Amino acid sequence: MISRGATKRSQRAATSQDLWRRALKDSFLKLDPRQMWHSPVMFVVEIGFVITALLTISPDMFGGSYPPSQRWYNLVVAIVLLLTNLFATFAEAWAEGRGRAQADSLRKTRTETPARLIDAQGKVLRTVSSTDLKKGDLVRVEAGELIPGDGEIVRGIGSVDESAITGESAPVIREAGGDFSSVVGGTRLLSDWLEVEISVNPGESFLDQMIKLVEGASRQKTPNEMALNVLLAGLTLIFLVVVMTLEPMSAYLKSPADLATLIALLVCLIPTTIGALLSAIGIAGMDRVLRFNIIAKSGKAVEAAGDVNTLLLDKTGTITVGNRMAEKLFAVGGHTAAEVRQAAYRASLADDTPEGKSIVAFAEKDGEPRASGTLLKDAEAVKFSAETRRSGLILASGEEYAKGAVDAISELVRKRGGQIPADLQSVTDEIARAGGTPLAVTHDATILGVVYLKDVVKPGIADRFAALRTMGIRTVMITGDNRLTAATIAKEAGVDDFIAEAKPEDKLIRIRAEQGDGKMVAMTGDGTNDAPALAQADVGLAMQSGTSAAKDAANMVDLDSDPTKLIELVGIGKQLLITRGTITTFSIANDVAKYFAILPAMFVGVVPQLQALNIMHLSTPHSAILSALIFNALIIPLLIPLAMRGAAWRPMSATAALMRNILLYGLGGIIVPFIGIKLIDLVITASGLAHI
Amino acid sequence: MSAAGVLGILIFLAVLFALAMPMGKYIHNVLENRVHWLRPLEDWILAIIGPAAKKEQTWRQYWRSFIVFNLICMLITYAVLRLDTYLPLSQGVGLGLSPQGPHLAFNTAASFTTNTNWQSYSGETLTYLAQLFLMVLQFITPAFGLVIAAVFIRGLVGRRDTLGNFYADLVRSLVYIFLPVASIGAVVLLALGLPDTFAGPAIVHTLQGAVQQIDRGPVAAFETIKQLGTNGGGFFNANAAHPFENPNPVSNMVLILLMSILSTSLVFTFGAYAKNRKQAIVLAGVTAVLYMAGTAVVYWALVNGNPLIHQALGLSPVSYEGLEVRNGLPGTALFVSTTTAYTTGAINAWHDSLPPLAGGIPLLFMMLNTVFGGKGAGLLNILMFALVTVFVAGLMVGRTPEFLGKRIERKEITLATVAMLIHPIIILAPTAFALVHKVGTSSILNPGFHGLSEVIYAFTSGAANNGSAFAGLSTNTPFYNVSIGLVMLVGRYLSMAAMVAMAGSLAAKRIVPASAGTLATDSWSFAWVYLFVTLIVGALTFFPALALGPIAEHLVMMGGAVK
Repeated sequence: MISRGATKRSQRAATSQDLWRRALKDSFLKLDPRQMWHSPVMFVVEIGFVITALLTISPDMFGGSYPPSQRWYNLVVAIVLLLTNLFATFAEAWAEGRGRAQADSLRKTRTETPARLIDAQGKVLRTVSSTDLKKGDLVRVEAGELIPGDGEIVRGIGSVDESAITGESAPVIREAGGDFSSVVGGTRLLSDWLEVEISVNPGESFLDQMIKLVEGASRQKTPNEMALNVLLAGLTLIFLVVVMTLEPMSAYLKSPADLATLIALLVCLIPTTIGALLSAIGIAGMDRVLRFNIIAKSGKAVEAAGDVNTLLLDKTGTITVGNRMAEKLFAVGGHTAAEVRQAAYRASLADDTPEGKSIVAFAEKDGEPRASGTLLKDAEAVKFSAETRRSGLILASGEEYAKGAVDAISELVRKRGGQIPADLQSVTDEIARAGGTPLAVTHDATILGVVYLKDVVKPGIADRFAALRTMGIRTVMITGDNRLTAATIAKEAGVDDFIAEAKPEDKLIRIRAEQGDGKMVAMTGDGTNDAPALAQADVGLAMQSGTSAAKDAANMVDLDSDPTKLIELVGIGKQLLITRGTITTFSIANDVAKYFAILPAMFVGVVPQLQALNIMHLSTPHSAILSALIFNALIIPLLIPLAMRGAAWRPMSATAALMRNILLYGLGGIIVPFIGIKLIDLVITASGLAHI
Repeated sequence: MSAAGVLGILIFLAVLFALAMPMGKYIHNVLENRVHWLRPLEDWILAIIGPAAKKEQTWRQYWRSFIVFNLICMLITYAVLRLDTYLPLSQGVGLGLSPQGPHLAFNTAASFTTNTNWQSYSGETLTYLAQLFLMVLQFITPAFGLVIAAVFIRGLVGRRDTLGNFYADLVRSLVYIFLPVASIGAVVLLALGLPDTFAGPAIVHTLQGAVQQIDRGPVAAFETIKQLGTNGGGFFNANAAHPFENPNPVSNMVLILLMSILSTSLVFTFGAYAKNRKQAIVLAGVTAVLYMAGTAVVYWALVNGNPLIHQALGLSPVSYEGLEVRNGLPGTALFVSTTTAYTTGAINAWHDSLPPLAGGIPLLFMMLNTVFGGKGAGLLNILMFALVTVFVAGLMVGRTPEFLGKRIERKEITLATVAMLIHPIIILAPTAFALVHKVGTSSILNPGFHGLSEVIYAFTSGAANNGSAFAGLSTNTPFYNVSIGLVMLVGRYLSMAAMVAMAGSLAAKRIVPASAGTLATDSWSFAWVYLFVTLIVGALTFFPALALGPIAEHLVMMGGAVK
């Protein structure tokens, strides 16, 4: 169960009033031309504002002679242009503010704490501030203290409350060595002590990187965003040429257009809607990722998530519910059920993995007497390892009980000169066919039976994979199980492909193969041996609970440590692109109506027949031009919620998505401004401003 | 508009597509070096070129060969035009022969090397040598366009380091495409009554006893390649309205077919390269919709003519001014739209005399420059707009846009934007200048909206490498010769350079396999988005100019005022 504690806290912390105040202030600060320059479209609008402001002071500044009323018209144009710019800067400031609030709530966890700096022998040198810690520093943390920075445990074991980061209230055990050795700054050590090697320099933590992604000024633009920016700049340049050349043409026809009107036409034609919201869309996209409790190290990674063709998913924890549970015991080779039970029980006593515990619980429930202290005295635990693929217990008497993968145990028994029972294979196959995992149980060189560990596929996972398939994304399940078991679960879960008996390097091999075919691959991982694959994958999502090697290699970290979130991440990536695409289409489609408003208005004096193009029947030329310009400005704040929320998205095929969005934003983009401009014209006319 | 007329146009379209589909496949085979039925000729020419024709070239090397070759062609042409009366074959069709001055020769050389064939002179003033030289250029310049299109397609569809060899591509397309098709066309036109002789003007004694000189020459051969290569420069000043160039309705349809066949086929060549016939059908289909819609507007405008004449004089309003009656209204409408859609520039009617909307369509087609367009250049524009469409539409489906499995990223969009920007800039900027400066306005014969149409038509024709003239504008002035000459050069080479560079970038990319999440570019839904983008970006750019030119003129005419 994941709580979104961090999110809720942030919403309380940054009241919407603060957000508004800061955003309003920032929207004026962002008018600074040096910042505006980064958005060519809005920069043109700003220049237009400066020129019309000058024309308000002196209408004939750039030549021509105008009646006194022209000054008021110029003023109105200037004001609308300023508003257009402010709406754009506000959108960005608002998105930043929300992102910052989100980041701040995470940053709160890293308030300054004293850190006990130690030397390599564990001798305390001095106490420094956590903000001064550098990579490679060693610190000692005692129970009850906050861990001062991200790092790796070098000595000690303890339970850590990570709820500040993950929202998960149950403490987790962290210890030196293995896959649970990394700690995050700002989490609290509840018991014992730890010695931690700090792994990041100040300002370089994942969170610091993420905060940069939601702050407009320092934000790196994503690849698609840069490409779109180029296209928008190109369109702006085209319309600049169109409007600049319109002036001589109208002069030739002896109907010189006034500068304010030309600027109004230009601003209406260039894609201001998307130009104004582009930056906000990018920031809001990063913010959505952060709200989802995922830290992305770059915007590029989020975009890549939308492009993914193949998902590599670990079976356990992603496709199946948590851990396998002992379901049944099978005796083989003529041994009795009680013998098997005892051997399985003893082989699992020292095994504190969930599977091991489930075998112990199953055996006790089945009537196995609790093991006495004398039995366990001086017994030696055999830990599971990837090489031996078995675990067990060696009693003081030298008797060994072991359990493990059937082939591994068979090999062990053969090596020790034992016999492989004839019915082992059939029992193993039966379990595998049922989708279970068979674990052979042995007592010294005798195989007694098989434990049936049952995998439970997460409810609803098949539907989610089907949804991914409609988007053209293939899912590949990775599991250490044998082929039969893997095939059964793969079928039940509805994955497209699976890799059985996978070794850690298989992930990397598969990723390289898929990428060789031009595909983009996403995967999750938490162990150190996942690190190369996480680095190779286009989207590597590391679990917060994983090792720092994994987190360093990945380009995203999931604070909730929930690998299924990879599926939603694809949606967030797609939504980011879709939002940009739809608002771009809407923005360009708007031009049709604006032409029909402005062109007749400009030239109706010299060609009265052009009135035929005034299909909206706008009341006066000035009202027509101002209506188009005001519509152009107002559409920006009206679309801010869309930019923040992202365009509505659900899994569907590309063709379906295209048709839906082209009707909604393309056709809608043509129709809406006709209505909007007409309405604004009615208001202007009613208020008597039509004749300024 | 008569049912027979409409039916005739539709039958023509069906014939065009029926011929273009196999032709497109054939061109693909030629370009991929799989056609060798004229091996001796091919080998002989390739042997003359030597080892340069054997090495596969990168996009940079290909472009260098291409541009140097073009430059040489232009320089030689310039020299011939300046000196033609001092060189062999110095007699001509007409009697008023004189070498061209520097700015006119620059304009003519630029015009014929860029496959524009804009003529600021009348054809009768050239010697046979100059005419023959221009004919050679008309033969090879469309092949230039074709090979550049081939380079782009190769970059788009495959992953490779080199993109072919310019010389080999050029030779093969000349030997196996232009030569055979032109030969067939010339024979057909000869059979239809076009003259073909080096005998000089015929001197005839009329029944009244007067002596008349009738200019003639190798017309059938010239005419075929003029149309086939979308060149359009006439043997005679009256171009295809002249009875020796286009004697009857059948020859009229043959000329239209010759103009349209290769550019239409190239879309199917692209389909063959992409191994996706439907992709070609979708792009050709949506382009044909534009083509036919424009033809219908021209036809409608001709039939409805000028209502003022009907009101004032009670005569049929049908507009026959400037038309050759023998071509008929549908034959004229189809010729008018085809010559501008395919940027040929030949004319069988005086575009200046067409009703405003009928004159507006040629203008619009050249502004769009994507209605099949010139050899290769048209396909490049179609694919350039397809790329921009893929980008916008691709974002809307939530993936980094891909076209035929190639990811469209910043570099491609930058180059496509450059290619897209050039066209409107080189039309609108010089037009604006010409309209306010004396050097421009002094050439305008008709004031008002029509004068504006004339000037913008001239620069649009140059930019689109079309070459048709609206007339009514005296363009043989230093200003127009130099400015239109530059517009032709920039319009052709700069956009081609951007597209070839893009081909280089695309060729290096991995092909992303298609899936349900990939935008299907070979679907009709994509076709409509493509049409939407082309019209919004391509046509809206020119909407103010069109509104002040043909549209204003049309509205004024319909409104019943004579200005």
